[in-house]
Amino acid sequence: MWAFVARRFLLAVPTLLGASVIVFAMVHLAPGDPIAAVMPADASRAEIEAVKRAYGFDAPLPVQYVRWLGRVAQGDLGRSIATRRPVIDDVRDALENSLVLAVASSVLSFGLGFALGLVAAFRQGKAVDKLASAIAIVGVSVPHYWAGIILIIVFSVQLNWLPAMGAAIDGGVVDYLRHMALPTVALALIPLGVITRVVRSAALDILAQDFVLALRAKGLVSRTVFAHVVKNAAPQILTVVGLQFGFQLGGSVLVEAVFSWPGTGYLLNLAIFQRDIPVLQGVILVLATFFVLLNLAVDVVQSVVDPRIVRH
Amino acid sequence: MRRFPTVIAIFLSLMVVAGSASAQGTLRIGMTASDVPYTGGQTDNGFEGFRFVGYQVYEPLIAWDLTRGDRLPPLVPGLAESWAVSKDQPTKWVFKLRRDVKFHDGSPFNADAVVFSFESIKKKDAPHFDAYGSGQVSFRLASLKAIRKIDDYTVEFETDKPTSFVPYQVVYMVVVSPTQWQKFKDWRKFAEQPSGTGPFKVTRLVPRERLELEANKSYWDPKRRPKVDKLTLFPMPELTTRLAALRSGQVDWIEVPPPDAIPQLKAAGFQIALNSYPHNWTHTLRLDKEPWNNKLVRKAANYAIDRVGICKNLLNDTCIPSTGIAYKGHPWFGDPKETYTYDPAKAKALLKQAGFGDGKHPAKAAHLISTSGSGQMLPLAMNELIQKNLRDVGLDVDLQPVEWNTLLTRWRAGFKTPDNEGLNAWNISWNFLEPWSGFGRFFHSKSVVPVAVNTMPYINPEADKLIEEAERTFDLKKQDAVLAKLHEIIVDDAPWIFVAHDLNPRALSPKVKGFVQPQSWFVDLTSVSVTR
Repeated sequence: MWAFVARRFLLAVPTLLGASVIVFAMVHLAPGDPIAAVMPADASRAEIEAVKRAYGFDAPLPVQYVRWLGRVAQGDLGRSIATRRPVIDDVRDALENSLVLAVASSVLSFGLGFALGLVAAFRQGKAVDKLASAIAIVGVSVPHYWAGIILIIVFSVQLNWLPAMGAAIDGGVVDYLRHMALPTVALALIPLGVITRVVRSAALDILAQDFVLALRAKGLVSRTVFAHVVKNAAPQILTVVGLQFGFQLGGSVLVEAVFSWPGTGYLLNLAIFQRDIPVLQGVILVLATFFVLLNLAVDVVQSVVDPRIVRH
Repeated sequence: MRRFPTVIAIFLSLMVVAGSASAQGTLRIGMTASDVPYTGGQTDNGFEGFRFVGYQVYEPLIAWDLTRGDRLPPLVPGLAESWAVSKDQPTKWVFKLRRDVKFHDGSPFNADAVVFSFESIKKKDAPHFDAYGSGQVSFRLASLKAIRKIDDYTVEFETDKPTSFVPYQVVYMVVVSPTQWQKFKDWRKFAEQPSGTGPFKVTRLVPRERLELEANKSYWDPKRRPKVDKLTLFPMPELTTRLAALRSGQVDWIEVPPPDAIPQLKAAGFQIALNSYPHNWTHTLRLDKEPWNNKLVRKAANYAIDRVGICKNLLNDTCIPSTGIAYKGHPWFGDPKETYTYDPAKAKALLKQAGFGDGKHPAKAAHLISTSGSGQMLPLAMNELIQKNLRDVGLDVDLQPVEWNTLLTRWRAGFKTPDNEGLNAWNISWNFLEPWSGFGRFFHSKSVVPVAVNTMPYINPEADKLIEEAERTFDLKKQDAVLAKLHEIIVDDAPWIFVAHDLNPRALSPKVKGFVQPQSWFVDLTSVSVTR
């Protein structure tokens, strides 16, 4: 087990290196340049070149990459061009906000999705199954940025109940919760749909197996049968849950942009439009690291839950 | 499970009851910038940065008088009480500084502070040189070469040549507190706790999220002490976010509401502020290549555009038609021979006279446009209409949309790069706040890329002469007359397709009182109050 974890950690290094090369190449090959974006439209080219030199963007790309990698290895992600703050500070603040949103929307969507999926499987073909399937389809089909705008129109503009944008940074817990309510709901929609469907189909698969029939024939009460089904479906569901949580963290660019929620997605979006390359690279690298670690964690938890899955 | 909606409803209503209180006398503004403009003095984010940060936290020696909406803002004494060019040496300008002005940190404003601020922009080897801030503003102070302290309250600027444009350059240089900088010896840290002399002081900077300011109660001009206690600025690049924030009461003021939403906002009691100001939205044409190398074709294009339709139907009256660099009533407008109305028949005739049309010699062009961008208004919709207008008279224009920063980068490089070789024009909006921005950078033969941004290139000895004459004319009335003459020539040459002048729309909550929309890119926030 520990050998497996250690090996996976080592394997993460080339994965992250590969990700860093791709990230670096992509952001540099995209049109536009980082300094021109923060300079006034009518600044002269000489002026722009001077600032470029000051930031080290005049060196050849491979040289820039090696320099950057060298600093990253020492835990320094560089400085933002737009704010001149260390990228690590920006990323840390944004990650905190995104984590809060990701955890809240995961709790909401996983709990609800799990319940809906199981009820649908146990009541297959009944009205409640159809309702759950409908909710699942809506969840996976409705674009969440659109849902976000509708939520704003209804709850902020029409009803005036909840703030439309931003995070309350010093308004106390209640104010913070008020600000996160709408983005949490918008962000929960997709995983709600996905989890409901996965749980339903996993539970149905297991319900159709002979051992369930045997359990029932043995005269077990349905609660105990239920427990067996859940336990057997868990590994499959866990994989999806892990991935979805990863998506919640990094895939919330649109929701965070709609609500101006200052998380990693919002930061990425800004960095893209500002061509703030150090921030862009930093955020993507940190998110990639998260994904790798999350996958590792899911693998470990899977083998704990189901000892038949042997990890070598 | 069925109880879930009820749970949510209870949760939501609890939060509603508990929250919703905002401080009294706070003005909250949603900006279009994607970030809080740089607070370290020489700000970024273009003129929006000057509008909300540069000119609120700091002050220049010469300022714009933004208190009235019925005239172009004149230049008035700011931190300098008076200034004059030396009679026998017209490259030397002496500024008498205001006494008894203090920075937000309590240190006194004096000649040392002016010298320090100038050096942070121009003296590359100074320890307090601010590479980033300098890049933002240095080119706007192009003629200023050196500064000399004469005494504690007198400084002298030296220019590279005699030029009457000096006040128009000094207006962009704000003065920062050297005492505060000495505490950190680092511009980034200074930007987090900045110190100027302006009517508002920064209390808190949350990068990418907000800038909190409070009224400077001891501001030197009692008439301009802010009426509000606090000012909070939010960067909100998304149009819909700004609109939702205003409508839900999270902000009291937004920049550039979507034109579509204006009738709705008015019906809901919001105020829409509009005024003409030196902005124009144009297609800058390439003059060394067919079809725009022919003046008749350029005039044809200008007669083909339905400007009234664009401003009225597409933009809900948030712009006025443009028939030149400046608009009618502006001191530089003059009396041009041509007034470009919507006249497709005349456009067709001009095109025919130029030898185009009849299928044998079609007029084709490729124009680079942006999908969005500061000052670009609604580029896609407007350009589609323009494309149709031009096609109707026989001008076939291929629109090539790119992202705003890409357009700027390509434009700066000029038409003669491999990327841009196939292009015939670009669609970018401009300011014409002062003679250099309005004319010098575009229409002087010495401003050809890469020196400045005469990309067309427009080469006209007569225009060169008039630009130089304006620069040598120190009497502003006479200078205006010279520029009006230049404007007449340019309108007749039609090196651009003139389309629209934006009216700088902003939407204000009914609670906001006392705001005067000046004919400017900048605003005076000191007269504004917010009722509860």
